[in-house]
Amino acid sequence: MLQSLAAALTPVNLVLALLGVAAGTAIGAIPGLTATMAVAVLVPLTFTMPPENALILMGAIYTGAIYGGAYAAILLNTPGTPSAIATTLDGFPMAKRGDGDLAMTIACLASVAGGIVGALALLTLAPPLSKVALSFGPAEYFWLAIFGLSLIAALSEGSLLKGLAGGAFGLLVSCVGVAEISADVRLTFGSHTLISGINVVAALIGLFCIPVLIDLVSTPERHLKIETEQRGFRLGEAFAHVWREKLTLIRSSMIGTIVGILPGAGGSVAGLVAYSEARRTAKPGQSFGKGEPAGVIASESSNNATVGGGFIPTLVLGIPGTPPDAVILGALLVQGLRTGPSLFTEKATIVYTFIWGLMFATILMLPVGLLLGRYAYKSIVAMPKAILVPAVAFMTIIGTYAINNNVSDVVIMIVLGVIGWVLGRFGYLASPIVLGLILGPIAEQGFVQAWTIGVAREDLFGMFFGRPISLGIILFTLFSLFSPILIEKWKRRSALNER
Amino acid sequence: MNFIRRTMFTAAVTLAASAAAVAADYPGKALDYIIPFGPGGESDITARLQQPFFKEKFGQDLVVSYKPGGGGAVGWAELNRLTGDGYTIMGVNLPHIVLQPAQKDVGYKTDELAVAYWFHYTPDAIVVSADSPFKTLADLTKFAKDNPGKLVFSGSGKGSANHLAQVRFDKLAGIKSTYVAFKGTGASNTALLGGQVNAAWGYTTSGTALGDKARVLAVAMEKRHPKFPDVPTFKELGIDLVSGAYRGIAVPKSTPDEIRNKLSEMIGKINADAEFQKKMIDGGFAMVDVPADKNADFLKAKSQEFIEAAKEGGILK
Repeated sequence: MLQSLAAALTPVNLVLALLGVAAGTAIGAIPGLTATMAVAVLVPLTFTMPPENALILMGAIYTGAIYGGAYAAILLNTPGTPSAIATTLDGFPMAKRGDGDLAMTIACLASVAGGIVGALALLTLAPPLSKVALSFGPAEYFWLAIFGLSLIAALSEGSLLKGLAGGAFGLLVSCVGVAEISADVRLTFGSHTLISGINVVAALIGLFCIPVLIDLVSTPERHLKIETEQRGFRLGEAFAHVWREKLTLIRSSMIGTIVGILPGAGGSVAGLVAYSEARRTAKPGQSFGKGEPAGVIASESSNNATVGGGFIPTLVLGIPGTPPDAVILGALLVQGLRTGPSLFTEKATIVYTFIWGLMFATILMLPVGLLLGRYAYKSIVAMPKAILVPAVAFMTIIGTYAINNNVSDVVIMIVLGVIGWVLGRFGYLASPIVLGLILGPIAEQGFVQAWTIGVAREDLFGMFFGRPISLGIILFTLFSLFSPILIEKWKRRSALNER
Repeated sequence: MNFIRRTMFTAAVTLAASAAAVAADYPGKALDYIIPFGPGGESDITARLQQPFFKEKFGQDLVVSYKPGGGGAVGWAELNRLTGDGYTIMGVNLPHIVLQPAQKDVGYKTDELAVAYWFHYTPDAIVVSADSPFKTLADLTKFAKDNPGKLVFSGSGKGSANHLAQVRFDKLAGIKSTYVAFKGTGASNTALLGGQVNAAWGYTTSGTALGDKARVLAVAMEKRHPKFPDVPTFKELGIDLVSGAYRGIAVPKSTPDEIRNKLSEMIGKINADAEFQKKMIDGGFAMVDVPADKNADFLKAKSQEFIEAAKEGGILK
């Protein structure tokens, strides 16, 4: 292991890690350009490299892109990658009130910490942890998605009913197109454009970014509050926030690692679960959804932890943990490298050199991220509206087109954006809609598969309610849904008794 | 009249001459190779394997890009609207391009796609986890006969090569099993290793990807796969099943025949390269060679096979 540590520290590997992180951050910051795409673009370049260099470069660009998603989330209320959805919830309110620089620095610290936790899990516990990926069957994914949908209760600011309605709308939108499992064509109204369904990234850009743009044009205020004095990185302040929230940080990183290991989930689910966990355990005085630094810490640490977590099933089992891992797996195959348990024994030097390289890339993200973040923040804050609006509008269109090289995605993005803006005027938020859109297919697939297997084995009840992990998720869902009500009741009763 | 005839003749000659000239210079620049799926799948991986050989043999780059959507349908519906100069080519897959237009209006028809070459396939295979009680195919069919419907297979997608293989195998072996569609081979393999299902209808590539965690019981090939010399074919076991997911390259319909044939020849040359073959076979793929002029017969035979199985399985009405 020490030998591979030294191998990872060669100048070539460090330069690749540095370049990868910087490029990844820039790509991730642009809505529409995702981590998967960043890695895919790189693949031909890696053919000529030795496998460990190739892996380090791809790992670095991947982790950088997941972090870069926070930039647009904080500064434009638009997740740069789906992983950063939960970052918008508190990051943008912070930026609105003039704390954008602080939010950027906190996001960087949290991402680095989360990334290190994920990489440590990969370094020390990969073979045992890979079993987690296998313990989740269709029933578990179904209940996990139901648990995810219950987060709507935590995410709806104001009206729970409006949150639920938004979630239902998201579920409906997720049904459009060819169904993944049954291959039925649904809700396309005869249009060829809708056959491929509504792309989640296009929907994210539309629902989050278009309303911001419309509001920018329709109100005279500045986009973000401008800072009055030079405050630098506010590193000390950010560090104090992160230190105060160290429990949130560790818990979120662990959630991210576990969710990353699950092949059916990903950074977006990790961020949302970690966020709502942080919110559930909020201390008095914390106001989530209104610019609470702990919200940014939870989301950003968990999504970067999915990187290391996702590599666990990828390298140990040959099963990609996340979409970018699928691309990396393909690149490995072209390199002639077989994944699987034997990889850790036969090709141990390559694997451990890569894991250390990923670790260093994550650490390098600190200086790179602080500098790039500062630059991004300054340019967005200083940019006059007359330039900012067309620049962002242009970026959303290019970004949406780039997802699938398809113009119809752009049309869908704009239509959803207008719908999102109108709904927003009536108090319906974007996040429950997106939650429904992301979790709908996971819930549907899990349900149909579990049902089919349950019927074949003549044990439908046992399939859904007789498996320990499923039961655990069900109980946890009920607990997180009803605990606030029960605690409230109990408090009222004890207050009455005291009287 | 004479004049018209003469002009037409000259026009035809010039056209033929220029086409031949174009074909002679082909390829003069990089080719845009569109994969109608997302990155990381088999179509992407095999395109990536072709890339370096193309560059080495013909001096031009193959630039891979993706246009995913609708299980490939979005790309194929657009293919014939692209410029037919031989510099835009697209991956095509079977049984997709047969079943999709048969099921619904997806914006293209099977025989409208101008295929230049079918270059490999991933043979269907029955895979079990290493700790499975099924040691041979006979163990598996015996269990299915004793417990009708209770043998649960995972597989990649509905109406896919895996699904059609399950339908045909059930019929040929005289059993009744349950097929559960998963989103892609990765998810299907996860369900297999996690013990959610009894076995998987996968491809030979799943066998190589899962290594010693899984055991391949039989492969749907004419001859044994070089990578799995100990695994019998279905044919050896008395079941006439040769099937899989075939992948090829198509060009827009407007592409001149000379260029399409030249491309077909080029892909054939890559396929004949020993090093390329080794890389493909190590990955679990199996080679086929169907050049442009054999495409029509090949497609006809395959269509018949796939459509029959799809009707049998209730995928087509």
